[in-house]
Amino acid sequence: MQIIKTPHFDFLRWRWFAIGLSWLIILAGAAVIKTKGLPLGIEFSGGTIVIVQFDQQPPDPSVMRNALERAMPGEGQNAIIQRYGQESARQYMIRVPDVGAEAGAGLSEKADRVLAALKAGNIGSFTPAGREIVGPAVGQDLRSKGKWAMILSLLGILLYIAFRFQFSFAVGAVVATIHDLLVTFAFLAFFRYDLSLNVIAAILTVTGYSTNDTIVIFDRVRENIRGMRRDNLYDVVNKAVNQTLGRTIITAGTALLSAVALFLFGGEVLHGFAFTMIVGIVTGTYSSVFIAAAIAVIWQSWVKKPGKMATSAPAASAPPTPKTRKPGRRRAS
Amino acid sequence: MNKNLRWKLLTSLAVFVIFFAVGVYPLMAQHFQLPIPGWLAARQLKLGLDLKGGVHLVLRVQTDDALKITTTTTSEQLREALKTAGITVSSIAVTSPTSFHVEGIPQEKDGEFTRLADDQTSVNFQRSSGAGGSYDFTMRPNIAVTMREQAVTQARETIDRRVNELGVAEPIISLYGQSNDEILVQLPGVTDVARAKEIIRNTAILELKIVEAGPAGSQEALLQQFGGKIPEEMEVLQGAAASGDSSFYLARKVAGVTGRDLRAARATIDENNRPAVGFSLTNEGARKFGKVTGDNIGRLLAIVLDNRVVSAARIESKITDEGRITGTFTSQQVADLALVLRTGALPAGLTYLQEHVIGPSLGADSIRSGVTASLVGLLLVVGFMLIYYKLSGVNAVVALIFNLVILLGLMAYIGATMTLPGIAGFVLTMGIGVDSNVLIFERIKEELAAQRGVRASINAGFSRVFLTLLDTHIASLISAAFLFQFGTGPIRGFAMTLVIGLISNLFTSTFVSKTLFEAVLSYRQTATLSI
Repeated sequence: MQIIKTPHFDFLRWRWFAIGLSWLIILAGAAVIKTKGLPLGIEFSGGTIVIVQFDQQPPDPSVMRNALERAMPGEGQNAIIQRYGQESARQYMIRVPDVGAEAGAGLSEKADRVLAALKAGNIGSFTPAGREIVGPAVGQDLRSKGKWAMILSLLGILLYIAFRFQFSFAVGAVVATIHDLLVTFAFLAFFRYDLSLNVIAAILTVTGYSTNDTIVIFDRVRENIRGMRRDNLYDVVNKAVNQTLGRTIITAGTALLSAVALFLFGGEVLHGFAFTMIVGIVTGTYSSVFIAAAIAVIWQSWVKKPGKMATSAPAASAPPTPKTRKPGRRRAS
Repeated sequence: MNKNLRWKLLTSLAVFVIFFAVGVYPLMAQHFQLPIPGWLAARQLKLGLDLKGGVHLVLRVQTDDALKITTTTTSEQLREALKTAGITVSSIAVTSPTSFHVEGIPQEKDGEFTRLADDQTSVNFQRSSGAGGSYDFTMRPNIAVTMREQAVTQARETIDRRVNELGVAEPIISLYGQSNDEILVQLPGVTDVARAKEIIRNTAILELKIVEAGPAGSQEALLQQFGGKIPEEMEVLQGAAASGDSSFYLARKVAGVTGRDLRAARATIDENNRPAVGFSLTNEGARKFGKVTGDNIGRLLAIVLDNRVVSAARIESKITDEGRITGTFTSQQVADLALVLRTGALPAGLTYLQEHVIGPSLGADSIRSGVTASLVGLLLVVGFMLIYYKLSGVNAVVALIFNLVILLGLMAYIGATMTLPGIAGFVLTMGIGVDSNVLIFERIKEELAAQRGVRASINAGFSRVFLTLLDTHIASLISAAFLFQFGTGPIRGFAMTLVIGLISNLFTSTFVSKTLFEAVLSYRQTATLSI
């Protein structure tokens, strides 16, 4: 069985179109984040979450909101009240943006007040199933840590690819990864998913996944360069993308199967994680085919003479300096 | 079958059996009530808090408290020394947790003062002179750093003892975050959060102090005989609100006997049959206590807990090694108080930064969902591989199962904890495993299409893809490493699963899978390959 028999698509022809499309999504995402903000998970924003389990059919969220509003004026409007998990679980999550006093044992005061308000509202019997309270200091700490993990991880991959392949490939891979990050953030903003620790884990996973994809293609480019020195990079890259296309589709497909299974059956806690994975797998695959390779080619054509590669360029037009990279002769180290 | 191949098959089999025994068999034994040796059961994969239910707390140690105690004690020692030497200064005041200020030193006594001060303070404090016979004493930075570290370590150890006395199974108490003053406490299975939090946080600084004046109804009444001013070496203490005592007491800042002098503390009852805490003192403590009580017969002795007077009783006679704390306590309070006194005082106050309570039902829901999702994902992927790659798909599925068994086994072996993101890591590992097989199989197909023989195609497929796999796996390992660095509990679980999965996958997809191909080929020389 074969999905596509020896394809010959000219993927690179679409490079400017692909880059334009990506910019469109990223800018739209930026606009949404600018106007509506990116919803932050409680780990980052701080706040109080209470999960309650109703004994009978839960009341309408508006009833809970009113109960909160009566006991804690002003709080009910700001609270996020959502069903938690399957409908049959009869669980609801109530999230208020702040916490009790951070000093002493006061941290959980807000959670206690929310529970008391619900109880006083007489909206049906329930038991508290769980709660999560995060003081503001924790959120700040995590935000800076997350940023550094992201930057260092990208830098690590840049260095690794530059070391194993060549610098233009590393640029392509890193641009593709940043692209994936931005597109994923855009989709999180479109679909209003909270940026939580789990989602960050998914984003970092997807980063690795996308790099994975990119490396597979670059690896093939590296192999092809050895065999066909006369061709220019454009054709070499196109050929590599086509050669690996079957694998790209199957891998993305199976990964997507797993991610969709997580999304459908993974429960409430993994929802954001699975959504991010799905978006990331799609953009990661797209970016390694359309963005990473394209950027490598574009970068190469900017640095070197447009079109032809250094190896095939006549020595007269570009006298080789010791620093000039010759991809064709560069063996994997 | 040649010797080389037999060796490879045996290796694969041995690896499978070992990891199966460590990682999978204990789970099966538990589920189906099979016999299992104790040492193997002890290695069983642990469930994380998010799956088991429990309390997750992050606390910050107020290390300033610990420094302030040292600063206060040092300044009081200096005061005593000055008094003995007959040097009168106008004031000695603690200005910050790490500094105190001395004013009004007579000009002619300056040399004597500095000599005496350096004698008393120079180990921990730097002295700098100010205007008009005044000096500032500031704690040396390296000393402050060490003391903060000590305070955090001590706090962690104290919490550890308290949690153990509470009887929580498999708690986690560890340093947390990068600021070096945060402590993570995980208490699996605990439901009474409020009590656990109170016991952990209770500083339980016990001091026995002689009452210099009081009790009085108000601070003004108390200080009347001192002209309305608190004498510098003394402090005003209030009665503990819990025992219904709102009086004010004047006592010396430095205590005669403290919680450090305790040998034991236990729940008992007082002469009115009310719950009380009985304590006994160490030899050194008993000597000090004997002297204090002996010198002050007829005066009031205050039992001060966390700067509140819980009881004040008249000293009838010299007491040495036994005492009792009475007040209006419930028996639960008495038990908890005895527990915290027994386990030692915290060197500093604690504040809670984060609290996460996972009810047992929530945890069970998460397990069910996570396992369901993983199984569905696995079945879908296995189904696809079998349909798409036919008989070679079987090979891929075997490699996949191998991979999962090694992953479970290694995680159990290193004592890793299974968390929800860890389950997600399993799913991802599955994806990576499939990808490796797809890469290899697609390559074999290409080679077959180029009219190479079956054996040559398989060899070429594996050897050409090996470098690619190495590159992709190392790049993923780089990401996982940063994830681990950055991560807190659950995320670390994810990164850990991923790292182990990547390593075991490299082994299964290149070694096990190839060995299977070779084994099949050695039985049947075929011209075609079912792929």
